Amino acid sequence: MPAILPKPWQNAGMREAYGKTLVKLGAENPNVVVLDADLSGSTQTKMFGKAYPERFFNMGIAEQNMTGVAAGFAVSGKIPFMSTFAVFATGRNYDQVRQSIAYPENNVKIVATHSGVSVGPDGATHQALEDVALMRGLPYMTVIAPADAVETEKAILAVAKMHGPVYVRLTRSPSPVIFGPDYDFKIGKGVFLREGKDVSIVSTGTMTVPAVQAAEILASQGIDAAVLHMPTIKPIDVDALLKASETRKIVTVEEHSVINGLGSAVAENLAYYNPTRQMRIGTEDRFGESGSAEELYDKYGLTAPKIAERIKVFMKH
Amino acid sequence: MPHAPELILSLERIAAKIRIDVIKMIAKAGTGHPGGSLSATDVMTALYFHHMRHDPKNPKWEERDRFVLSKGHVCPALYSAMAESGYFPVSELMTLRQLGTRLQGHPAMQYLPGLEITTGSLGQGLSAGLGMALAARVGKKEWRVYCMMGDGENDEGQIWEAAMAAGHFKTDNLTAILDRNSLQIDGCTENVMCLDPIADKWRAFGWNVIEIDGHSMEAIMDALDLATTVKGKPTIIIAKTVKGKGVSFMENNAEWHGKAPNKEQTEIALKELEAQAAKLGVEVSKED
Ligand SMILES: Cc1ncc(C[n+]2csc(CCOP(=O)(O)OP(=O)(O)O)c2C)c(N)n1
Ligand SMILES: [Mg+2]
Repeated sequence: MPAILPKPWQNAGMREAYGKTLVKLGAENPNVVVLDADLSGSTQTKMFGKAYPERFFNMGIAEQNMTGVAAGFAVSGKIPFMSTFAVFATGRNYDQVRQSIAYPENNVKIVATHSGVSVGPDGATHQALEDVALMRGLPYMTVIAPADAVETEKAILAVAKMHGPVYVRLTRSPSPVIFGPDYDFKIGKGVFLREGKDVSIVSTGTMTVPAVQAAEILASQGIDAAVLHMPTIKPIDVDALLKASETRKIVTVEEHSVINGLGSAVAENLAYYNPTRQMRIGTEDRFGESGSAEELYDKYGLTAPKIAERIKVFMKH
Repeated sequence: MPHAPELILSLERIAAKIRIDVIKMIAKAGTGHPGGSLSATDVMTALYFHHMRHDPKNPKWEERDRFVLSKGHVCPALYSAMAESGYFPVSELMTLRQLGTRLQGHPAMQYLPGLEITTGSLGQGLSAGLGMALAARVGKKEWRVYCMMGDGENDEGQIWEAAMAAGHFKTDNLTAILDRNSLQIDGCTENVMCLDPIADKWRAFGWNVIEIDGHSMEAIMDALDLATTVKGKPTIIIAKTVKGKGVSFMENNAEWHGKAPNKEQTEIALKELEAQAAKLGVEVSKED
């Protein structure tokens, strides 16, 4: 079982990890180009811009154009990484992603930051809760939501090596680093962070840390919960899901709408392979709102205690 | 017709108050966009306190003029103009961006009466404004539509789709205001994505263009009046402004696009703004 780091976990930013990894990639591969849409300070692509100004393109506040230009780079043998906030990287430019990137299976890496409700005070316009739904629905698109800064680095290095369109979903706030440097990230592979026989929690992205913590709370109350971290939402790791479903109860946790995200992907697959009772935890069928990240996590039930509480109730029924 | 000096002065006083509100709100929230709020304040003041026909006590009054804040991130200035003109209590301003507030981080019409459309994703307001202007035409109504855009926002293709359509439909009841502060997030607009010659671009799309100093109340009022007299084409007022106007360390500094001042910076900012207000004869309350 791949051990996660012992506590105390240190916080680190996924965005900083992304920026640094881009610089590394830039040094290794002259075909890597980076595009941003007037948010290079927020997405940290500015690090690449500083190191390789001739391969960095700030496209202004014009996400649709940026997306099309990235496709043009891809068909010309470059490996474009394009970044902006998750709402604008998947929604504003959805048709460009669909027609110019996904359908022709072009090698564009869409790396978005500021996903989920943890964007906080900016409110619903900036809180992407449907981005996974949009990207997952596109044929050929790989969708990855790393849990921490280490996994972000490994995922970025991995997607640069694979051919094809990818959506990587990052968040704004620094988060606990749970993976050590020799963690073996593989696209399409889930990782069990904890074994358990009563219930399996399947989590992705920022919700993996609270999922682990919820499992610890449950353990202290006599409920033995496994935690399966699923960094790749598409293609999903069916073998890992089958193993998780042995507990006969599954709970999915994601910082995303319960519609068409990880929860749906799990349900779709288990419904066929091994129908299992499942509870989806995420944001309900609603938009986000202004508030601090902590307040919103609490209000929407995305904290470890709230997750544990809901699982306890689920176990009784 | 020239405007009475007393009217101009009274508007300048209100603008001075709005700038103070803006800093207080953003400081209290600990988050928000001061730079573009301060550059947009004077135009919004002229609109809400003189030029637009509207009724703060009856925000759904059908005949009202419509204001669309396409660059939604500067809603602190809009919220202040709305509160100071009577849409809701001024005290509510201090709830900006907090859980449960009607004053969402970006303007959300479903939360707050008086907001004509929900914005925050840049580039979408002008299209909505055009729809409202065309609705007036269809319904044989007299209302006018005002839409404020950022200059960085002019990078967005949708702005130019709306511009082309407004020119095509000759919507002379639509007035756009471009807050030409020459900064966006990643720096100077001309370095990030060159906009100039911006006036020529708008002209080429069929618009009447008026270029003014966006901090001269008199020039703003004249331009707004002039725009209502132009027939057969929409008007854009390109208001040359200073991002962060009124707070020395925020002026022309992209760093203050979307950041709240800390306690010390807030004190300095308020001191400067209060001095400007006092010079205009505003009594600034000390308690809040
Ligand atoms: C579609 C979209 N892309 C990106 C952003 C993020 N963003 C918010 S403000 C801003 C810069 C706006 O610059 P400008 O229009 O010049 O506004 P101002 O200078 O008046 O603040 C950006 C890129 C957004 N809100 N919407
Ligand atoms: Mg600007």
